[in-house]
Amino acid sequence: MNWTWFHKLGSPKWFYEISGRWVPWLAVAAALLLAIGLVWGLAFAPPDYQQGNSFRIIYIHVPAAFLAQSIYVMLAVAGIVGLVWKMKLADVAVQQAAPIGAWMTVIALLTGAIWGKPTWGAFWVWDARLTSMLILLFLYFGVIALGQAISNRDSAAKACAVLAIVGVVNIPIIKYSVEWWNTLHQPATFSVVEKPAMPFEMWMPLLIMVLAFYCFFGAVLLLRMRLEVLKREERSSWAKAEVRAQVERGV
Amino acid sequence: MSFNSVGEFLAMGTHGAYVWSSYGISLAVLALNALLPILARRRYLQDEARRLRREESQ
Repeated sequence: MNWTWFHKLGSPKWFYEISGRWVPWLAVAAALLLAIGLVWGLAFAPPDYQQGNSFRIIYIHVPAAFLAQSIYVMLAVAGIVGLVWKMKLADVAVQQAAPIGAWMTVIALLTGAIWGKPTWGAFWVWDARLTSMLILLFLYFGVIALGQAISNRDSAAKACAVLAIVGVVNIPIIKYSVEWWNTLHQPATFSVVEKPAMPFEMWMPLLIMVLAFYCFFGAVLLLRMRLEVLKREERSSWAKAEVRAQVERGV
Repeated sequence: MSFNSVGEFLAMGTHGAYVWSSYGISLAVLALNALLPILARRRYLQDEARRLRREESQ
């Protein structure tokens, strides 16, 4: 396998150039998938035979919950990369992905609560799945607070990386919470090995929305990371040239 | 189409308030997440433009 791309990631300039080309594609893909998924999920998917139309909330709840967990795993992976290879870009990724992850957890918790009211009769129950998702939110807050509280960038990067790696034990707990404990939360909708239990008109819009959320995350993460890289590299000649070029273009 | 009229679509059976508040909150959060980095970049470049002008006039 060719690892040149991995070593190039150590170069902020290379990242800045390549990510600038990716952002528009990811943004367009996210917008299109979101539009298709929303219309399909809200208007065309058939109502659930038990939950009626409240089930349509899953088209945002499930993608947000997927993404919230994936982003945390990404934080841990970036944390390992940062600790092992001392790659500065990994810290940029951790710091910029954490707030997005926290927002996705908020969406998952809020939409879950709103869905719970008509379905379970309560906005909140101290159920294993819900509680472990709440812990995920606090882990995100921890990473964000730690990154801002420590003024030395290298120490902050190390502390955040360690918290991200330790906190990742919560991810399998969230995943298997519906199997290990008696919970109100329904089991997983998608499985890699089995055919979905839902009809096609129900799971296809869900799959589209999941892809839309991942593309959205990609675009927003790159936007955030590009700005952070530009700020951190402000003394290097390429960053100065880039800022000057942007300023001359009239912003 | 699983609804017969716009009214039925907005009512979502009896779950209109739940469905629309969920979607409203979520789309607002997504919009906020997309908008913040764009505004932050613009603010940074404006600050830098001001700094460059100051340095050139000296």
